[in-house]
Amino acid sequence: MKAQPPGPVGQSHRSLVVASDWPFMLGLSVLGGSYILLLILMVLAELSFASPSEILRILRNPDIQFSIKLTLLSCTMSAVLSVWVAVPIGYLMSRFSFRGKGFVDAVLDIPIVLPPLIVGCCLLILFNYPPFSWLSDEVVFEWPAVVLAQFVVACAFAVRTMKVSFDQIPTRFEDVALTLGCSRGQAFWRVVMPQAQRGILAALTLAWARSLGEFGPILVFAGSTHQRTEVLSTSFFLEMQSGNLRGMVAVSMIMITCAVVVLAIARLFGLRRVDL
Amino acid sequence: MIELRDIAIQQGQFSLEQIELTIPTGAYAVLMGSSGSGKSTLIEIICGLRKPSKGSVWFNGQDVTNWRPAERNVGYVPQDRALFPGISVRNQIAFGLVLRKWKDSEIHDRVMELSGLLHISHLLDRYPERLSGGEAQRVALARAIASSPGLLCLDEPLSALDHDLHEEMCRLLKTMHGYTGITILHITHSRFEASRLATHAFQLSKGRIHIPEHP
Repeated sequence: MKAQPPGPVGQSHRSLVVASDWPFMLGLSVLGGSYILLLILMVLAELSFASPSEILRILRNPDIQFSIKLTLLSCTMSAVLSVWVAVPIGYLMSRFSFRGKGFVDAVLDIPIVLPPLIVGCCLLILFNYPPFSWLSDEVVFEWPAVVLAQFVVACAFAVRTMKVSFDQIPTRFEDVALTLGCSRGQAFWRVVMPQAQRGILAALTLAWARSLGEFGPILVFAGSTHQRTEVLSTSFFLEMQSGNLRGMVAVSMIMITCAVVVLAIARLFGLRRVDL
Repeated sequence: MIELRDIAIQQGQFSLEQIELTIPTGAYAVLMGSSGSGKSTLIEIICGLRKPSKGSVWFNGQDVTNWRPAERNVGYVPQDRALFPGISVRNQIAFGLVLRKWKDSEIHDRVMELSGLLHISHLLDRYPERLSGGEAQRVALARAIASSPGLLCLDEPLSALDHDLHEEMCRLLKTMHGYTGITILHITHSRFEASRLATHAFQLSKGRIHIPEHP
C-alpha cells in the first residue's frame, strides 16, 4: 500500500499498514464490525418476520393511514422548525463569547439528557401555566402537541449539529467579507450559509429521524388517539399493547421504509450539492 | 497616512504595548517579526477585526478606532487567502463591488482590468478549489484591491510559495504597487522580502515596533 500525506481533519486517507499494525487493525475491525453486523442482523430479522399480507392489512387500515400522514407531516414540520432555530443558536454558540454561555450550553443539553417521558411530562405541566395555558385546549392532546414534543427533542440535536458545522468554517472568511464591505449579517448570509449547507442538511435529516423515533414525549403530551394524535411510533405501541406481534413488525417496517427513503433522498441531494 | 497611536493589546500571556506606527500614503511598508510576535494581531486591529485594549488607529487624520471594517476601506489578504468556496474567480473579484452597488458594466470593466494586471484573465470562470497556490494568491489580491482601498494589508502573502513563485509574486506586488499607488502594509518574517519590496521597513519584537537599520 502506498503512503500518502495526511489529509485534512475528518478526511480519510490510505496509509501504509505494516505487519505489526495488524493486531490493532484487527481489533478495530472486530469491534466496529460486530456493531455493524448487529445492525444488519436486526433489520434482516425484522424483514424475515414481516409478512407482506400483514403489512398490506396494516396499510389498508384508515387509522394507520392517518398515522402515516401525521408522522410524515409532523416530522417534516418539527425538522424544519428545528433547523430554523438551530442555525441561529448554533452560529451564536460557535462564534460569540458572552456571559452565561456555559449555562446556555448546559440548557441546550436538557432535551438530550432528560429521559423522553420526563420531557413530555415537563411540557404537559408547562401548559398548565400562563401564557401557555391559554393555548392548552388547542395544543395539548392535539396534533400541535405531537409537533412540539418532537421539536423539543429534535432541535437539541440539530443545534449540536449546526454548532459543529459552523465550528468547521474558519472565521477568516467572515473577516475578509467584513473588510470587503459586508455587515455581519451579510457576511453570514453570503459567505457562511453557503458553506453550511451540508451541515443544514445533516441537521435536517437528524432532526427528522429523531422526530420519527420520538415516542415518550408524544405519548405523555399528545396521547395516542386514533385519527387525532396517533403517529407511527404510537401505532407501534398500540399494536404491542393489543399483543399483535405481526402488526408491530408491520408498523416498524413502515417506519424503517420512511427512514430509509428520507435518508436516501437527503444523501442524494447532499451529494449533488457537493458536486456543484 | 496610517497611524497607530499607543496601541496595546492584552490576551492571556500575549501582549503588545505602546505600539506606534506611521505609514505614509503610497508607501510599501513591510513589518517584520518572528512567529507569534503579534504581526497578524496588528493587522486585525488596523482592519477593524479586533479592538485594541488601548490606543487608537488613524487613517488620514481621522480616528477610525471605532469604525466597522466595512467603513475603513481596507483591503485584506490573510495568510490562507480565504477565497470563498463555491464562488467563481470573477465573482470573488466582484464581491466587494457588488456590495458597494457598482453598476454591472463598471464591475465588468474593473474585473477585466485587475485580472489583466494580475495575469488571471484565463481563470475568471474557475473556482478556488481548482487554483494553484500562486493563482489563489493573485485572485485574493485582485479581490482585495478591487474597490480601490486606501490601505492594503497583506498577511505573509508569500510564505507558502516556492522559490520561483516567490520571485514572480514579488515582481507582481511591485508592479501592482506602482500601478495602483495604494498604501501597502505587508507583514512577513522574511528580511529578503523587506529588502525587495519595502519603501518603509519596521520590526516587531518583544511587543514593540522598531525601525531596523538594515532591512
